[in-house]
Amino acid sequence: MSDNVVEIDQVSFAYDARLVLSGISLEIPRGKVVAIMGGSGCGKTTLLRLIGGVMKPTSGDVRVFGQSTKSLSQDGLYALRRRMGMLFQFGALFTDSSSFDNVAFQIREHTGLPEPLVRDLVLMKLNAVGLRGAADLMPSELSGGMARRVALARAIALDPRLMMYDEPFAGLDPISLSVIGQLIRRLNDALGVTSIVVTHDVMESLKIVDYIYFISDGRIIARGTPDEIRASSMPFVHQFVHGEIDGPVAFHYPARSYGEDLLGTAGR
Amino acid sequence: MIGRLANVVSLVGARVVDWVWRLGFGARFFWAVLLHSGTALRRFPLTVREIYFAGVQSLIIILVSGLFVGMVLGLQGYDTLARYGSAEALGVLVALSLVRELGPVVAALLFASRAGSAITAEIGLMKATEQLDAMEMMAVDPVARVVAPRFWGGVISMPLLAALFSAMGIFGGYLVGVVLIGVDAGSFWSQMQSAVDLREDVFNGVLKSIVFGVAVTAIAVFEGYDAVPTAEGVSGATTRTVVSSSLAVLALDFILTALMFRGT
Repeated sequence: MSDNVVEIDQVSFAYDARLVLSGISLEIPRGKVVAIMGGSGCGKTTLLRLIGGVMKPTSGDVRVFGQSTKSLSQDGLYALRRRMGMLFQFGALFTDSSSFDNVAFQIREHTGLPEPLVRDLVLMKLNAVGLRGAADLMPSELSGGMARRVALARAIALDPRLMMYDEPFAGLDPISLSVIGQLIRRLNDALGVTSIVVTHDVMESLKIVDYIYFISDGRIIARGTPDEIRASSMPFVHQFVHGEIDGPVAFHYPARSYGEDLLGTAGR
Repeated sequence: MIGRLANVVSLVGARVVDWVWRLGFGARFFWAVLLHSGTALRRFPLTVREIYFAGVQSLIIILVSGLFVGMVLGLQGYDTLARYGSAEALGVLVALSLVRELGPVVAALLFASRAGSAITAEIGLMKATEQLDAMEMMAVDPVARVVAPRFWGGVISMPLLAALFSAMGIFGGYLVGVVLIGVDAGSFWSQMQSAVDLREDVFNGVLKSIVFGVAVTAIAVFEGYDAVPTAEGVSGATTRTVVSSSLAVLALDFILTALMFRGT
């Protein structure tokens, strides 16, 4: 059996006529934390949805745990997803349920465990993210960072083998950001899972990941370990890692010349 | 000129194609809801919870509206019947108007505005905040877990609300006709009892309310599930639910009335 949990082979994906991913190939090795980086709208989240089988590639193949998502039925996909956990960008907690019930959701849906056992499991998961004391709080009573941690506890409720994080650092204060980063690394190592982190937060992710893929314009343009990425001389990677205003990604949206716009007769 | 005409034709064509496509998608979605109703019926507490939200929480507006509609019927009916010397038939007029027509129709219109819009907004917001996606990723089918219980909750609530609306309306008619104006209570109730037929009137009224319940709730869950996942998309979907389901109720009412009460 291959030692890659996820294998993406020449995958292209288009929304209607707009090509989002173009011939991407990558592997996610077992037990590693791998980041997929790139600017907003470059297709990172689409890639996670392809791995989860929520969407099917236009061409190419996505294999997860050795199974091609293209050939799986709905039941097969659901069986596959029970081995995955996903943390959504803003948590996606069920707003009508408490933190406890959110974490208990999967356990109640997929196992016939008695309620006292469900309670113990939920409290263990909440304790792992430091929020056992917030079990009775509703999502509206949680801060952004706490909501993200409850969502993380919910994602690991059934001990998944593959964890996917969609922009886990977006909109967090520095403390929450650091907590989430450490939790991703610790849970990965303690539970022996494989993690994919889709993010554009360079500093935090370079601290915790083992390997990085850079996506731009639907293609993988760079890959490497955090040290290789930091040292990269590729203009796009350099601009992205150092947050420079101008570079291959221009500050200005394409437009006619400034002079023509201000002094020209067009539009008058 | 020809170019402009071609543009108009292509615009109308695109709208029609879009409408037909959506109708087809809606029909397939409705079929999927029926197919995935097992969870909603097996785990009945899920549906009971939705009966509470759609039905119990609509009680106030239904009861108060029913009372006032009945009171107005009492006033208007007495005014007209008294001209022909048949004020004792007020009970019949109030009961038949409510049980056959106003009960199911007005209750359905109120249900569409109160519960239908809430169902659409809730499902639409769940979609916009990725809660439905999260459920999919947790290998739980949102149609079975979220949509079907809401659908059945609405379908079960609607006839009960229509019955309560009619009962309150008859009570309102009694208050105005008998207590306020002084129509003979014996005539009011006995004429009502002899003129209202269980099968012809009551059963047909209940049947109407069931059909309206299916139509309103199906439109509400579909609009929520199909909403564009943005604030604007959800608000548009909520508006469409109220407009489409109100029109559907009125159109279905005409068809059902024509089928049920031919020559009676």
